[in-house]
Amino acid sequence: MAFLDIMIGPLALADWLSWFCLIIGAFFLITGTLGIVRLPDVFSRMHGAGMVDTLGIMLMLIGLMFQAEEWIVVAKLGLILMFIFFTSPTTTFALARAAINGGINPGPKKAGRSVDIQDKKSKDAKVEHKKQGTTSSNT
Amino acid sequence: MTIAGLTISMFDIAMIAVLVSMALSLFRAFVGPTVFDRILAVNVTGTLTVLLISIYGFLDGRPDFLDIGLLYALINFIGTIAVTKYVKYQDLGDPLEGPDEGDV
Repeated sequence: MAFLDIMIGPLALADWLSWFCLIIGAFFLITGTLGIVRLPDVFSRMHGAGMVDTLGIMLMLIGLMFQAEEWIVVAKLGLILMFIFFTSPTTTFALARAAINGGINPGPKKAGRSVDIQDKKSKDAKVEHKKQGTTSSNT
Repeated sequence: MTIAGLTISMFDIAMIAVLVSMALSLFRAFVGPTVFDRILAVNVTGTLTVLLISIYGFLDGRPDFLDIGLLYALINFIGTIAVTKYVKYQDLGDPLEGPDEGDV
């Protein structure tokens, strides 16, 4: 497109836009992965992964689009972008559901629903244990 | 842009940022206390690999690498879903206990 070739200072407009998108995208990539390293549990680390998958990757790919010389390259970058846009929430959803079913407790320890379920389970286990004890003693 | 005699393009800076992020997420994949931390970190590393392949294509002047990046994105998604299902059910086959049992 013609207006992307307008020279502003030392660089063309497309180069300015590329620099802007790549620098902001790099900032979000490093911030998101620092969140993956630093945050306390799986569910908050998913927030960091979401930062990487949305703002980081997407700004980087849009920044690369301004440097493409053919339209097919822009189309391929757009395909990658759309694919990551749809698969990243799906993966995070499946992983969160697997983590909850796998026994990881979201939220603080003395509040929330999963703690109640755990307490009920432990009470039921105690009751069963008592029943088994009485039956075994009776027999 | 030229700094101290070295010409630095925008792809160099993007490549350095992606490599630093991959190192950080691989650290979490090695250290992670639960298996879900490892799956999450490996998924992020795979997504960053797509970006790494794309940027390398631009750096080398051969944007045909984008095809490989697109394929890698597909395989990364399927692999993550498969590993998540395997961790949850210890099986990758069809569900035996009703239609809703095998959903991830």
